[in-house]
Amino acid sequence: MPKELWKGNEAIAEAAVRAGLEAYFGYPITPQTEILEYLSRRMPELGRAFVQAESELGAINMVYGAACTGVRVMSSSSSPGISLMMEGLSYIAGTEIPAVLVNVMRGGPGLGNIAPAQSDYNQAVRGGGHGDYPRIVLAPASVQEAIDLTTLSFDLAEKYRMITMIILDGSTGQMMEPAEMTALSEPKRKNFEWATNGAMNRERRILSSIYLNPLDEEKTNLRMLKNWKNVQANEVRYKEYFLEDAKYVIVGFGTAGRVALSAVREARAQGIKVGLLRPITVSPFPYEALDQLTSQAEAFLVAEMNMGQMLDDVLLTVRGRVPVEFYGRPGGVVPFHNEILDEIHRIATGPVTVQTDPRESWLTRMYGNLKIAVP
Amino acid sequence: MQKEIIIAGFGGQGVLFGGQVLAYAAMDNGLDVTWIPSYGPEMRGGTANCTVVIADHEIGSPLVKNPPLAIALNLPSFDKYEETLAKGGTLVVNKSMVDHAQRRNDIHTLFVPCSEIAEEIGDRKLLNMVAVGALLTSLPEIKVEDVEKALEGHLPARHKHLLPKNFEALKRGFEHAQKEWDKIPA
Repeated sequence: MPKELWKGNEAIAEAAVRAGLEAYFGYPITPQTEILEYLSRRMPELGRAFVQAESELGAINMVYGAACTGVRVMSSSSSPGISLMMEGLSYIAGTEIPAVLVNVMRGGPGLGNIAPAQSDYNQAVRGGGHGDYPRIVLAPASVQEAIDLTTLSFDLAEKYRMITMIILDGSTGQMMEPAEMTALSEPKRKNFEWATNGAMNRERRILSSIYLNPLDEEKTNLRMLKNWKNVQANEVRYKEYFLEDAKYVIVGFGTAGRVALSAVREARAQGIKVGLLRPITVSPFPYEALDQLTSQAEAFLVAEMNMGQMLDDVLLTVRGRVPVEFYGRPGGVVPFHNEILDEIHRIATGPVTVQTDPRESWLTRMYGNLKIAVP
Repeated sequence: MQKEIIIAGFGGQGVLFGGQVLAYAAMDNGLDVTWIPSYGPEMRGGTANCTVVIADHEIGSPLVKNPPLAIALNLPSFDKYEETLAKGGTLVVNKSMVDHAQRRNDIHTLFVPCSEIAEEIGDRKLLNMVAVGALLTSLPEIKVEDVEKALEGHLPARHKHLLPKNFEALKRGFEHAQKEWDKIPA
């Protein structure tokens, strides 16, 4: 297929259609409304189901119902709307059925704003909904990656009977880039052995997240963890840039990752040996790749558009063996590459030391940079 | 090679489309490109801008603090981007909507009466194409013919009858900017 200029949100919608999406349920919220808007036209055109629900609660529970039948189903929202969906998400996780959920993140907490942010990393990766459940979280940094990961998200969700979330920020949703779509084909329904899709001529199946006997629930939890270990062993994805001889390693996902790439290019041109590790699956997190880099790197810099959420995963991996520094722009601010370049210069000219919490020194630097009084 | 372009003006001046046309032309030339609008709770008559980055490698940041190239279609944009433009950069200014001369001497400022030229052609909405044509004098990676082809290839069929006037706007903008360059001492 030839490349076309696609807007991130619309690209995700069309990629989902081409991956065989049969039902979409959603509720509008900026900056992801284009996904819903696009599908409101596209899905009926193809004779597939589109419902603008009465609320996010309605939407996620419609997803739950449709997912039980084994068809490809999706919803999308932005930060506050995703919070509203968390109960339903936990039920879907507890029922061990596949579903895809897109979060085009914005500044928070609360109503926050509609600007690009990465503030829901912890919510996506570590929980959000109640109970002990794993989930796959994919973090595209470009429109092409958003397309490819949308296609992948349905395969992974089905393969592992697991919620797969795609997290991106408003800027990737609104951005246009040349990208290639996969071909459009008819959805192929798989006759899953668990799907409740009509019990004619076969035994009745029941899907539920209720395990009243704690021992049954415990067994279910352990099965989920065993399943998760397979995901960790097989599905880690990341991209490396200039890492071969890197003394300093930046770790950043999504937009923060690509802004860091610009800084890395400029620093390299100045002769500084710096590279970038950009996690594509933030859950499962590329612990192993990062662990290997620990023997090579003199220092790490974690760059995020939040107050340091993925930072915890990096700290867990590095375990104090080398210094980890942090640079974040929370609240819906997208950093310019100059800011990350300044951080690279600071670290390269040193000295940097191992800190218990790199946020503390970052906070001091932030008050200085922004010229605001320390409260 | 990497170049960043900011196009700014009032909502309704065709700021976003002007950037998209450049993005299409860059894509058709086999370059990587990003186009990103400022988005927010905007209102009619408010300011709008978009950033276009073109490169022959994987593009990192889609936003830029100090662009080498910018188009300012109104006065607030002129004041804002004259300040942030990279040293040695080129700023195309819609002369029809500004009331003062440039303040910086370390950038090239090209004053082009985009609105007036567009009205001469017969459609004031073409001011964005006049400005894009002018900018191309500083963007050798994209030629006027590339933008013409991009318009032809990507403009919705219902707008195809507007092509000749768009082509004229691009050409007039390019030619006017060339004359402005002649005035700038080497």
